Amino acid sequence: MTSFSLRRVGAMVLRHLYILRGSWPRVLEMAYWPAVNMVVWGFTSQFFTSHSSWLAQAAGILIGAVILWDVMFRGNLGVSLAFLEEMWSRNLGHLSVSPLRPHELVASMLVMSLIRTVIGVLPAALLAIPLYHFSLFELGLPLIGFWVNLMVTGWAIGLGVSALVLRFGLGAESLAWVLVFAVAPVAGIYYPISTLPAWLQPVAWALPPAHVFEGMRSVMLGHGFDAGLMASAAALNLVYVGAAAALFLRTHHVARQRGLLLNIGE
Amino acid sequence: MQPFALQVESLTKTFGAVRAVDGISFSVRRGSVTALLGGNGAGKTTTLSMLLGLLIPSSGSIRVLGEDMVRHRYRVLPRLNFSSPYVDLPHRLTVRENLTVYGHLYGVPDLRGRIAELTAELDLGEFVDRAAGKLSAGQKTRAALAKAMLNRPELLLLDEPTASLDPDTADWVRRYFQDYSSRTGATIVLASHNMTEVERLCDHVLIMKQGRIVDAGGPAALIERYGRATMEEVFLDIARDRQKPSEAAQ
Repeated sequence: MTSFSLRRVGAMVLRHLYILRGSWPRVLEMAYWPAVNMVVWGFTSQFFTSHSSWLAQAAGILIGAVILWDVMFRGNLGVSLAFLEEMWSRNLGHLSVSPLRPHELVASMLVMSLIRTVIGVLPAALLAIPLYHFSLFELGLPLIGFWVNLMVTGWAIGLGVSALVLRFGLGAESLAWVLVFAVAPVAGIYYPISTLPAWLQPVAWALPPAHVFEGMRSVMLGHGFDAGLMASAAALNLVYVGAAAALFLRTHHVARQRGLLLNIGE
Repeated sequence: MQPFALQVESLTKTFGAVRAVDGISFSVRRGSVTALLGGNGAGKTTTLSMLLGLLIPSSGSIRVLGEDMVRHRYRVLPRLNFSSPYVDLPHRLTVRENLTVYGHLYGVPDLRGRIAELTAELDLGEFVDRAAGKLSAGQKTRAALAKAMLNRPELLLLDEPTASLDPDTADWVRRYFQDYSSRTGATIVLASHNMTEVERLCDHVLIMKQGRIVDAGGPAALIERYGRATMEEVFLDIARDRQKPSEAAQ
């Protein structure tokens, strides 16, 4: 029996796609918040553009930031909700005695996160074009790098949240929605990292989103693509997502030692 | 082929200071139906969880279908299956969707055909396209059974298989297990509180108390040894620390 099976990963993805297929309100909800967020920030951006010389240089900078922030937020939710779904339906026991391996479960959670992020964020990005004449896609190839990096940071947070939920039970589930916001103040989403107090800036630079959002501003303000920022974001992401996956797999092992897999759920 | 489906040696599980399972050893012959019997907290579910690989033993060894369950569980997991009323199938998915997902997880060949076969065999037709969360207790049991049978398991582990079922459905489920075991030669191990079920279904009984196996044997042999008429009376003797007639005479 192979130690990694695409068939088994596909089975788990299918399990979540069945849920989405059976509930169009869920699909609508996924696209709803990013779209509403984008609309609000679009008007805010229009106001600021006429009152700020900095924003006037790149009218879409806030809209781009809010859409890319949603990539990270949805990336995190996609992973943690895929795991929470197993907890809510008390299905972890069945899965744990099936041939599905923990790292295949993780892989399926990441695939689902990608799908949910595209469903959630793409409509908002497309809606910004007719509403505010701003196309995120004009960022060109760097957009792929920004998107992937932010989604991977979301994966790292989502895997960390899933590990905490596995260890401490569903009492920790609200972390799936709130933990990601702990990163927001130092991510430099809407302002340059230099705005932060000097003592906080090293904290910001230790996190991948700061590099991504600085990189996005660099492109949008016409300073060109900064490969160094992209590379440092990718390197940091490798560390964080690797550590988060290791934490999840370790917690899964501890759950098997403590008997947590059979007696969890709503 | 190994004569035993299960070989357990000095199996122990501790949770802090509590010894939930305390150095038990037993073997289960291939093709037999064996019950783990005991009161609440006797260690049945903990033992079953270790046999399934859901729980890592503190010490001791488990060989399932000839494989070391602790070190090589993924070699043997495709060959066994499990059912428990306390572990649900995803309730937003229909029964057919659930079977499709699990069929892919177990790598079941000709999955559509297998699902059609189980739908007929377990009489799922009426509700196979209904969400699992909207089924009655009896229908849920049949859906869970279909999931447990998908991969034609050589070893079937069941946790209180007829709990919360009406007598008619419970009887139907027992007949199904009897038939499956005699038809395929599969081994069944079940944890149960239901003495009638154990008497009727099982060739062998392991009686657990406080994490230990305190007695073992065929239901008829145990009844005779304790000088009782039913397994329920034997169970009560053990639960209440009454001596066997043979020991009382000494």
